[in-house]
Amino acid sequence: MTNNAIFRTCPDTGLRFHGPAETLIKLNAVAAVVFLLVGGIMGIGVGLTRWPEVHLLGPQDFYTTLTSHGINVLIFWIIFFEIAALYFVSSVVLGCRLATPKLGYLAFLLMVIGALVNNYAVWSLSSAVMMTSYAPMPAHWAFYLGLILFAVGALIGCFIFLGTLVIAKKEKTYEGSIPLVTFGGLTACIIAIFTIASGAIILVPTLLWQLGYVSNIDAGVYRLIWWAFGHSSQQINVATHVTVWYMVGALVFGAKPLSEKVSRFAFVLYIAVLQIASAHHLLVDPGVGTEWKIFNTSYAMYLAVMASMVHGLTVPGSMEAAQRARGYTNGLFEWLRKAPWGNPVFSSTMISIVGFGFLGGISGVMMGAEQLNLIVHNTLYVPGHFHATVVLGTTLAFMGITYWLVPVLFRRELILTSWCKWQPYIFGLGMTGVSVFMMGAGTLGLPRRHWDAAFTSSSFPYEFPSSAMALMSLNGLSVVLAAIGGGMFCLIIVGTLLFGKKVGQEEKFPRVMVATPPTEAQYVTLHRSGNAISGTLLLAGVFLIAFVVYYFINWKYLAETWGMS
Amino acid sequence: MNENDQEEEKIPIMQQLIDNPFLLLFIGIAIPTVTYIIWGIVEIVSIPIAN
Amino acid sequence: MTSLSPPDQKVWWKKPIDRAELIWIFIVVIWGIILTLMMPLWHIFGEQNLSTETYRTTPQRYMEKTQAFVDQYTVRTEGDRQFPVVAPPAGEDIYMVARLWDWWPILELKQGQSYRLHLNSIDWNHGFSLQPANLNIQVLPGYEHVLTITPNATGEYSVICNEYCGINHHNMVGKIYVVE
Repeated sequence: MTNNAIFRTCPDTGLRFHGPAETLIKLNAVAAVVFLLVGGIMGIGVGLTRWPEVHLLGPQDFYTTLTSHGINVLIFWIIFFEIAALYFVSSVVLGCRLATPKLGYLAFLLMVIGALVNNYAVWSLSSAVMMTSYAPMPAHWAFYLGLILFAVGALIGCFIFLGTLVIAKKEKTYEGSIPLVTFGGLTACIIAIFTIASGAIILVPTLLWQLGYVSNIDAGVYRLIWWAFGHSSQQINVATHVTVWYMVGALVFGAKPLSEKVSRFAFVLYIAVLQIASAHHLLVDPGVGTEWKIFNTSYAMYLAVMASMVHGLTVPGSMEAAQRARGYTNGLFEWLRKAPWGNPVFSSTMISIVGFGFLGGISGVMMGAEQLNLIVHNTLYVPGHFHATVVLGTTLAFMGITYWLVPVLFRRELILTSWCKWQPYIFGLGMTGVSVFMMGAGTLGLPRRHWDAAFTSSSFPYEFPSSAMALMSLNGLSVVLAAIGGGMFCLIIVGTLLFGKKVGQEEKFPRVMVATPPTEAQYVTLHRSGNAISGTLLLAGVFLIAFVVYYFINWKYLAETWGMS
Repeated sequence: MNENDQEEEKIPIMQQLIDNPFLLLFIGIAIPTVTYIIWGIVEIVSIPIAN
Repeated sequence: MTSLSPPDQKVWWKKPIDRAELIWIFIVVIWGIILTLMMPLWHIFGEQNLSTETYRTTPQRYMEKTQAFVDQYTVRTEGDRQFPVVAPPAGEDIYMVARLWDWWPILELKQGQSYRLHLNSIDWNHGFSLQPANLNIQVLPGYEHVLTITPNATGEYSVICNEYCGINHHNMVGKIYVVE
């Protein structure tokens, strides 16, 4: 078995790539970018239709485009990339052969076929049922079949990851515990297995219902179990992009975890309770009780929020410690000022950390409070929130690591290097606008998944405050900016794959691909000084204040509306 | 063999648990299955019928 | 050694945690407890808590009850489609049907009075979104949800649908009047 394993050692990183693993990482990552491109184009259609002065698409096209946008980016782009990431943090990081590469190809094939079948159903078999496809609203059976095939493929990918861990341990390709980034990958993998199993539990009966073998799908049970799939799938993203953050810290600064114990325990909290927050979607549902809602929506006791806040400190903290150990010790922020802001791997990650924390994290906790959900459920606040988590947080982190991965995997220099510098800022700024303006409009009550918030053809039209409409125009402008940033990314990556200057397998890149870590002695001196992460701690304090203030402001909003009991 | 065993013993129990991917897999499946799915289904199933 | 390599020490669990990290963990745990307590506290002291009183029902049975309610308390009709405007006495059980693509009937309520509002969909999922009060509740077929509402200001309110329900979803708007 081991004999026919082909390895190459990367001259720039020293990493050992197992041939089939490398091919599978490339395939999954390229498929991911293709679906990002497709889903992104759909996003432009959605944004321009919500722009009151433009109102680009008709209702049927809008709902179809919105369905396609959601599924392509929230499921296909992200999960393809996550499978690539899982193979990387197991096989490549552990320097181990990938378990059952043949099944890896099968998994990839199933995922591609599933994604294509689902897209075909949405576009050609009138299945514009949104990503959530709430039964009893029916979609064509091919819609569910496509998702199921995709999910089975992804599940195989997860088991290949676990298999690779077992092989690496058996063949002793590493000593002691697995590296932190591999542990983060394990966290994502475990959440993914729960996610996909939940998807199967609900989508298989729904498929059978559309084929006529099951007479009825209960609306409440569907929502309960579907969200164990739909929400948890976004928790795979959280685990994966936090992993990417740690990885970028290691690549750009040679950073190591401040404390293995703290960072790993935070991941364990993710494993244990992140997924029960699927209840966020059912807070204003009939059928489930108050205790169920409070326990699950609060991640048992906000344990997963605590974990995220810990990662939010330790990731930049480990970067700060590495920078300070290296000698950037002046003041609170010299380490940050002297960071490589022109390197898209770093800048994407930093925007991802700040965007995910300040916009996505705070809004998510607010919405997830049982009663506060009354004032935001199904308004545009919800997509505003998850564009901060999934796009600013996950997508931008994935873009950042792609800037590093593509040269290493394909041995080509990135093209358009000055675009690379600007792309994260343009995309980040555009997406920040999208998030903030949608959240603003949602606070004023604008509904999500709605073609015409002006109600021009309704019997009893309702007029939203003009400020809400103005926010949607700003949202449209932000969509254009984000689309430019997203388009630049796709162009850079696809252009590099086709035309990037080739670098030989033995040759080195002219730039440094992996930072040399500070020495142990440097760390010792740093810790003696007693302020290894004082800058990060201050930033964390600012974050906490923003969090507390925003959280209680919303309770005040809630107190002003109709009484309910 | 003996030497290995001795080294294993030194590792604290918590670290051993966190180092065990399949134990973590069990935790990650069992907790949400019980507190979210099963508890949720029980709540939905026990809804009374309207008059 | 970085996050990409196994931990420096074989036994990392016993390595002491940096003071700055400990401070942050302490703060975060306190904040987590406050966040958790806010929800039960609001159940005790807050005015806006969603009831979970729910009954299983069928479209036929729910329509019958709503029709009886409409027959009893209709005061006038409105619009080209003769929507009944129903003005029930305070404290009464009041009914609203969500269906493709109406909220039926129109309700006329009194400010400061409480009503037991029944919500149910007779086809697909819908979203009860009361504007501009901005209260949003998911409405499911098969589940009759009963909640007590107390309007706190007079005026003309719209009930828009904020759960996607097909091609005319954006036209699904109902009304609630609140009078002195």
